[in-house]
Amino acid sequence: MNFNDYVFYVLAAILLFAGLRVITSRNPVHAALHLVLAFFTAAGIWLLLEAEFLAIALVLVYVGAVMVLFLFVVMMLDINLDKLREGFWEALPIALPVGILMTLEMVMILGSKHFGVDRVAAPTPHPAGYSNTAELGRQLYTDYLLPFELASVVLLVAIVAAIALTLRDRKDSKFIDPAEQVKVKRADRIRMVSMPADVEIPAAAETEGKDKA
Amino acid sequence: MVGLSHYLILGSLLFAISVVGIFLNRKNVIVLLMAIELMLLAVNLNFIAFSHYLQDTAGQVFVFFILTVAAAESAIGLAILVVLFRNLKTINVDDINSLKG
Repeated sequence: MNFNDYVFYVLAAILLFAGLRVITSRNPVHAALHLVLAFFTAAGIWLLLEAEFLAIALVLVYVGAVMVLFLFVVMMLDINLDKLREGFWEALPIALPVGILMTLEMVMILGSKHFGVDRVAAPTPHPAGYSNTAELGRQLYTDYLLPFELASVVLLVAIVAAIALTLRDRKDSKFIDPAEQVKVKRADRIRMVSMPADVEIPAAAETEGKDKA
Repeated sequence: MVGLSHYLILGSLLFAISVVGIFLNRKNVIVLLMAIELMLLAVNLNFIAFSHYLQDTAGQVFVFFILTVAAAESAIGLAILVVLFRNLKTINVDDINSLKG
């Protein structure tokens, strides 16, 4: 066992612990924080696999953005936890066998019998000066240009959808519709009134003025 | 010596944990979303492990796209959750039955 193996086992143990705490913790805030730990540890494991760009992207995008969004929502909602925890462990007799069965099936296929050290050789080290980020960028902008653009469209749609879903317009807000402003005609704003120039001053008004003085 | 199978088994364990989490937290939509994120993380781990050991960056490009779509998915999911809570004052899955599905 060399140093990398120890790092892998430690990170794997932390990752599994964090995953277990995510699904079992009583408080959703604790679950979200353990999910942060899980993402962070997974980024460490990705660094072991020499996927440097994706490891940093995971920390930036997930720990930095998505999990903050989760924490915002969790803290914003006023949730009755006791109601949600009712019968929490009732599903365990079904869930545990399903989980164990799934793991066993996957381990049978993915275990060391088919993908062990003797079957899949360790990759040859990259030459000095190799950049994972540059290689990924080259692939994204050449071979995967169309999917890349589609991904940006997906993100745009997500932004618009998220804002449109949660937007509440205020009833008392005062705003001007520019289209309506431009459409205005002269007739909408002024009214021509014919007023005769010579108006007879009634004699009574003059006498009233004198009385007041 | 850690080989490809170690990473794959770690991924499958994480995946199974999140499946169990979906069973256990069937009432709490927020933790359901978190379990889905954990599932995607397990899948991404498999992709990167294969990409590393087969020396093919296509796996990493795929993970990049999965991250993009997962971020969009969680943003919209949380937006729906906020609207749901605003209208029903609950996030319990049992109470979300107005469609009678």
